[in-house]
Amino acid sequence: MISKRNSKRSGMSRREVLAAGAGGVALAGFTPSLFSIAKAQTGTIKIGFPVPLTGPFGAEANDQVKAAEIAVKEFNDAGGFQGRMAELLVRDDKLNPGEAATRTLELIEKDKVNYVVGSLSAAVQLSINNVTKERGVIFNSISQSDAINEVKDWSKFTFHEALNPHMTAGAVGRYAFSKFGKKVVYLTADYAYGHEMVRGFESAGKPLGATTLADIRHPIGANDYSAFLPRIQSLRPDVLCICNFGRDQVNAVKQATEFGLKEKIKIVAPVLLYTARVAGGPEIFEGVVGGTSYYWRLEDTVPTAKAFNDKFRAANGGAVPSDYGALGYAGVRTVLTAAKTAGSTDTDKVVAAMRALKYDFYKGPQYYRDCDHQSVQSVLVIESKSKDMKDKNDVFSIVGVETPDEKNLRSCADLGHKA
Amino acid sequence: MSGLTLDLLLLQVVTGVALGSVFVLLAIGLSLIFGMLTIVNFAHGAFYMVGAYMGVFLYGLTKNFWICLVLVPLAVGSIGLVVERFLIRPLYGRNIDDPLLLTFGLGYVFIETIRILFGLNGIPFSTPAGLRGAVDIGIGHFPLYRLFLIGATGVLVLGLWLFIEKTKFGLIIRAGARDPEILKVLGIDVSKIWLLVFGMGTGIAGLSGILAAPLQAVTPEMGIPVLAEAFVVTVVGGMGSLIGAVTAGLMVGIVVAMTSLFMPEMAKVSIFLLMALVLLVRPQGLFGRAGLMG
Repeated sequence: MISKRNSKRSGMSRREVLAAGAGGVALAGFTPSLFSIAKAQTGTIKIGFPVPLTGPFGAEANDQVKAAEIAVKEFNDAGGFQGRMAELLVRDDKLNPGEAATRTLELIEKDKVNYVVGSLSAAVQLSINNVTKERGVIFNSISQSDAINEVKDWSKFTFHEALNPHMTAGAVGRYAFSKFGKKVVYLTADYAYGHEMVRGFESAGKPLGATTLADIRHPIGANDYSAFLPRIQSLRPDVLCICNFGRDQVNAVKQATEFGLKEKIKIVAPVLLYTARVAGGPEIFEGVVGGTSYYWRLEDTVPTAKAFNDKFRAANGGAVPSDYGALGYAGVRTVLTAAKTAGSTDTDKVVAAMRALKYDFYKGPQYYRDCDHQSVQSVLVIESKSKDMKDKNDVFSIVGVETPDEKNLRSCADLGHKA
Repeated sequence: MSGLTLDLLLLQVVTGVALGSVFVLLAIGLSLIFGMLTIVNFAHGAFYMVGAYMGVFLYGLTKNFWICLVLVPLAVGSIGLVVERFLIRPLYGRNIDDPLLLTFGLGYVFIETIRILFGLNGIPFSTPAGLRGAVDIGIGHFPLYRLFLIGATGVLVLGLWLFIEKTKFGLIIRAGARDPEILKVLGIDVSKIWLLVFGMGTGIAGLSGILAAPLQAVTPEMGIPVLAEAFVVTVVGGMGSLIGAVTAGLMVGIVVAMTSLFMPEMAKVSIFLLMALVLLVRPQGLFGRAGLMG
């Protein structure tokens, strides 16, 4: 057989020679990329980390980087994975979906990252997710969105380490409507995230008998909310839900306080940021109730929170991690842990390991739900304080904790997943 | 809309006037500089932001809001003097774009400097002790600080008007805005006048900043959105016109307040719709002279 084939080979036609030559050239052309793939399997484990370092969420994004670096350092200090060290490749997405897509593509194509973790905006994370989904790269999002778990955006490579608006608004709503009253007015930033938060409040409020007096939608990025306040006052609600984020929230709360709204109305915010509270000051935020994934005082009751805070304090001159900052740690640590338990950096194996992960890295037990890879975790309800503060970082009291429970999430069927 | 009462409508008008006061403060500084120097000052929002930060900083030192109200415009105005003398002055006589680009870039330099000095996060500033809380004005409760703001704006506008209309220096300013050549022929050092007017304009921007600090988050980027609003007001009022800045500022404030009541999601767009409407009817703005830019 062999000799027969060889004899046939010797009589190669011109066409066959040309085809073989072309194949050879093509192979030569492929070699560098094959080589680099081989290298990626043995070199450092690279994690692409696109976050909005510049722009209005810069403070939170810089905190995300600091915390993510702790996860990387911890991993490397423990010897890495089979001698392979981890490396964080931070990119500024400028809070712009287009910029984020470009940076992510570069991270995947040029820097050959193994995984992508990051983002801090609903729109930006969806844009990153589009890129990673198409390229078959794991993306662990550390920003809130309801849409990313829905079938049209989700893929098996998509993980959502952050809470989503449904979970935070739900927890705050269940706490506030049963405690402060059932007549509710919403002041909502007029974009997807704002609308998602109102939907979360309303679905939590329904079984409690809460009624919506008005949903006032303001343009995003407004710096003066005074023109919305007289109407809110005249509607006489029990609870005012301020469904916006960051600086919009600081301005809205500041002006509501100025108009004396707090005397008769309880102000709640679905997501109450540590950084926004520090920037706004104690008097302005006094008594405002909100939800969060993490507050550093969790260390009083949760040992992993203490361990994480201590590492963060040691690396950052005594500063405590903020809520969104802590997500940087969790997001990176989960993918690295999954690679270790999978015994491979191969995407499919890491996906399987992440799906199987039961973890307690900084806030108590967590796991990713099978159908949509949403991290099932506790939601903290916090109240801003202006008295009895232990130190300048002691800005909230934890007034409620919703333990991890899938019933607080939208069901898999609601999201469009089959069974 | 349910629950619409006359009181609510009136309260909304008052809210609009208070909002308009901030616009007036921003626009008169901008208009003064343009009317006299024909410079479109894109760093105006940054001077306003520096005023707010300077206010927080000086308040921390003095613990006295009233002293800060005097010190801040002087300090920010001094920065303005330096900027005019060393950056703007070499560009006189050139195309209008050159100082525009310069001030645009300068704005970013200010923002970056503040980020380095005070961080990205923004810093707290609460309403000064004597001006906290809301008072009953007959139609409902209204924040005392915003009433103070309306009054302060009134005083500033009146003072500026008296200064420009009744003093010799004001006379020179008015003459300089019409024809700087003649002033030079009369032996007046126009460059000194321009220097002082630029300093005054930036000083007023700084004053607007500290006056706005109790109303909103003090952040490095706080001057960016207000710059757009200030330009709309100056354009509606007529570039370079003080009476225009005052009228248009109040008008824009009331339009925003009324839109917020009936069509809240349109609140931001309403400003630009108003500008488009005014420019369709009067391309030079309400009180502007035609062809000033040309």
